[in-house]
Amino acid sequence: MQHDTLVEIRDVVFGYGARPVLKGVNLTARRGQVVAIMGSSGCGKTTLLRLIGGQVRPRQGSVRVAGESVGELDRAGLYRLRRKMGMLFQFGALFTDMPVFDNVAFQLREHTDLPEDVIRDLVLMKLDAVGLRGAAELMPSELSGGMARRVALARAIALDPMLVMYDEPFAGLDPISLGVTGNLIRRLTDTLGLTSLLVTHDVQESLKIVDYVYFVSDGIIVAEGTADEIRASTLPYVHQFVHGESDGPVPFHYPAPTYAEDLRLGAQRA
Amino acid sequence: MPRRWIEGLGRRTIEGVWRIGFAARFFGVMLLHSGTAFQRLGLTIREMYFSGVLSLTIILVSGLFVGMVLGLQGYDTLQRFGSESALGTLVALSLVRELGPVLAGLMFASRAGSAITAEIGLMKATEQLSAMEMMAVDPIARVVAPRFWAGVISMPLLAALFSAMGILGGYLVGVRLIGVDEGTFWSQMQGSVDFTQDILNGVVKSVVFGVAITTIALFEGYDAPPTAEGVSGATTRTVVTSSLVVLALDFVLTAFMFRGTN
Repeated sequence: MQHDTLVEIRDVVFGYGARPVLKGVNLTARRGQVVAIMGSSGCGKTTLLRLIGGQVRPRQGSVRVAGESVGELDRAGLYRLRRKMGMLFQFGALFTDMPVFDNVAFQLREHTDLPEDVIRDLVLMKLDAVGLRGAAELMPSELSGGMARRVALARAIALDPMLVMYDEPFAGLDPISLGVTGNLIRRLTDTLGLTSLLVTHDVQESLKIVDYVYFVSDGIIVAEGTADEIRASTLPYVHQFVHGESDGPVPFHYPAPTYAEDLRLGAQRA
Repeated sequence: MPRRWIEGLGRRTIEGVWRIGFAARFFGVMLLHSGTAFQRLGLTIREMYFSGVLSLTIILVSGLFVGMVLGLQGYDTLQRFGSESALGTLVALSLVRELGPVLAGLMFASRAGSAITAEIGLMKATEQLSAMEMMAVDPIARVVAPRFWAGVISMPLLAALFSAMGILGGYLVGVRLIGVDEGTFWSQMQGSVDFTQDILNGVVKSVVFGVAITTIALFEGYDAPPTAEGVSGATTRTVVTSSLVVLALDFVLTAFMFRGTN
């Protein structure tokens, strides 16, 4: 593991029950990079984030974050590592019973003994970084989808983590919020010296901001490269994905008997 | 057909046993992670407001009406034997021994239990519990345990208030409306209600009901499938299961407590 490597996944195999999800995945994220994991829905992208966060453990292979093998850590070790990670959930996962300010202050209050006026300054700084200092007193129910995502981002960076993971950060956003969120991820990664790992299927928006892309399909990495390499790729799967073609290696139709069989054409009807 | 039926029965039985096992493990983990609930009393007191204080209206109003009905029915029965002076005793013993803990438990299950399940279930469905885990904060210690202890502390207080309101209801109907002698009403009550046998046993019952209802509500919420249907099913199960458990436990506790006493 090179010293500038923050996340290293080697030959990871994982499944839920009898259903295999990942069948030998290798992936590396270097410090300071924005790395995207792309693939169609249900291909195992979010599972990769759950493995890195230690919510699930690999059946085979290793997941190392900052040199520590996540799958082998005990609960205390895992919690210690998680304090250095931030995670942005798909719809923000803000605590709905507390206002924006308390959401962002949550980790500071739970994990530090800082006096309340210092916490206030820190929270306002984080909220200012995402442009929502003025929304500090609002409840999550009063926020739009894009604002909720930005508050969740402020909460994720509250303890100045080394790694921030984003689960579908662009899902369901209007074009303006889409651009704002993308720029924020890039800007915060650069200014705070973070490493960002985002799981997405929004190709165009993420290719604008990422340093490196991995494509996951059917439980394996089928392609990887820089944004320019991915745009120029002639691999059928990548080409279909980047250009949003409805048919290709990922078929339009779910596997089924032939149409004629399903309609019982030619069969005798009682 | 019979084979499939037997297979289905077996599957449901095994699933049921698994769930009981999970619930028992959940209960143990919750007790082990209860430190936060006491170290940060503010968290527990906040939950006592939601499950206890907000249940006050339904508890006080239903207690009053139950007591008033007891006053009417009790007087009607007792006066047939010329024993209407024992009305105070009947109302007080019925309430502190049985009706207070049991009815307050049923009200608590439907008001606070269902709310706890829905809240925890929705927190799970909207990934708030996962978010907490990822922030290195244990949701059992931070969210579940304070709600548990809040329920356990609130339940006997609510049962006591239910009984007090019931006695007030019995007094209003028996003494003020029907005209039973006031001095007899209170002195009979004072003379026949035993602190250990009646009041303390009632308190023990209400604590046990509090533990059972809150554990069921929290477990159902924590175990709910993260969908709208899953949360609604879990909420229903909380009310049904905890109501049945309260009634069954009441029988068991009564059998142990009042055996051999008059």
